[in-house]
Amino acid sequence: MTAEQTASAPALEAERLGMRFGRSWALRDCSVSLPAGSVIALVGPNGAGKTTLMHLACGLLRPSEGRVRIFGEEADSGSAEALARVGFVAQEHPLYRRMTVAELLRMGQALNPRFDRKLAEMRLDGLGIPLDRRAGALSGGQQAQVSLALALAKRPMLLVLDEPLANLDPVARRDFTRTLMSAVAEDNVTVLLSSHVIADLEAVCDRLVLLNNGTVRLDGAIEDVLAAHRMISGPREAAADMPGVVRAVHSERHSDLLVRTGVEAELHPIWQEHHVGLEELILAYLEQPAVTR
Amino acid sequence: MIRFRLDGRSGVPPYLQLVQQVRQALLLGYLRHGDQLPTVKEVVGGLTINPNTVVKAYRQLENEGIVAAKPGQGTFVTAEVEAVAPADYARLRRSLERWVRDARGAGLDEETVTALITTVWNDVRAEGVA
Repeated sequence: MTAEQTASAPALEAERLGMRFGRSWALRDCSVSLPAGSVIALVGPNGAGKTTLMHLACGLLRPSEGRVRIFGEEADSGSAEALARVGFVAQEHPLYRRMTVAELLRMGQALNPRFDRKLAEMRLDGLGIPLDRRAGALSGGQQAQVSLALALAKRPMLLVLDEPLANLDPVARRDFTRTLMSAVAEDNVTVLLSSHVIADLEAVCDRLVLLNNGTVRLDGAIEDVLAAHRMISGPREAAADMPGVVRAVHSERHSDLLVRTGVEAELHPIWQEHHVGLEELILAYLEQPAVTR
Repeated sequence: MIRFRLDGRSGVPPYLQLVQQVRQALLLGYLRHGDQLPTVKEVVGGLTINPNTVVKAYRQLENEGIVAAKPGQGTFVTAEVEAVAPADYARLRRSLERWVRDARGAGLDEETVTALITTVWNDVRAEGVA
């Protein structure tokens, strides 16, 4: 594969991707294409298949069905080149707790061909994290920063982060996100991150993939997704004829509906329209996974 | 240099908030022709925001002819904006004050007043378009 092909290929492309553990499917018929350079939020309830999709993207699992390509190459090819292209920060940012930060960096350098130790040292120094400290003695926020610095020092083209903001206090969360966004600005890395903290996502992510029960429920640029949905309220008898209802809340004579209208749709003036927030939209999809009309 | 803010609850997409803040700063005279906008990296570090959002905002401002990017130097304000003349501003403010007192006297609350202004604004703007 030439460098040019790699540059123009999507960062991640899943085609009817499926993963089965024993008898149950953790992920099924998952087809998404995530453009390079974007910051993608992967959301969904526990057990939706987020971690499975991430592990497949990193080549940690081999798909039961379909395939997933990272910048045009199969994720589970096992080649050193493919592994070097993806950085992964696992849930709870695990580190070898008895090793010092400097030792972790040296190990990273020994294990990864393109590892940029200077860059990692500089970043951690800028955050005031002492390199001679054992990882286990660092605060949760600092441990998260060390994991991120290690993953970024690999110079990955795609960085995958599983619940990076969980268990962090608000200040640590902001600092972590800031480091991550600076890395996107400086290194042009594509980011796929899963999160439960929906409120923090809108300023940080530009694309959304919503998983539920192992399938993709929503996928697109956040702006387009928001523009294609409306929150409307009106008389209950009119609600039955409304197409594209995602979630309906009825009172006696009056209904509130979240509808997928498409961007250009003109609604009958009987409906009062309200703006839909990202959090509201995601929650609506998560609360009523089965309603499609 | 302009400092951006983000309001997570406004419902306005983040990139549009940045665009609006530049437009507003120009109208109010806080930004002038030749002023430099912060670099993408500076905005990202300050706001903890996705750099693609900042790039998108700057591109829109470029398309609107408000700013221009000089390679290797940064993004600069190129628009010449006629700020609202102080006399006009004072006159409009006085007449609005009279109106707001009148509205309060008639029992309108803030929400109703804002809704009324939005409605009238849209009607008048529609006249201009038609």
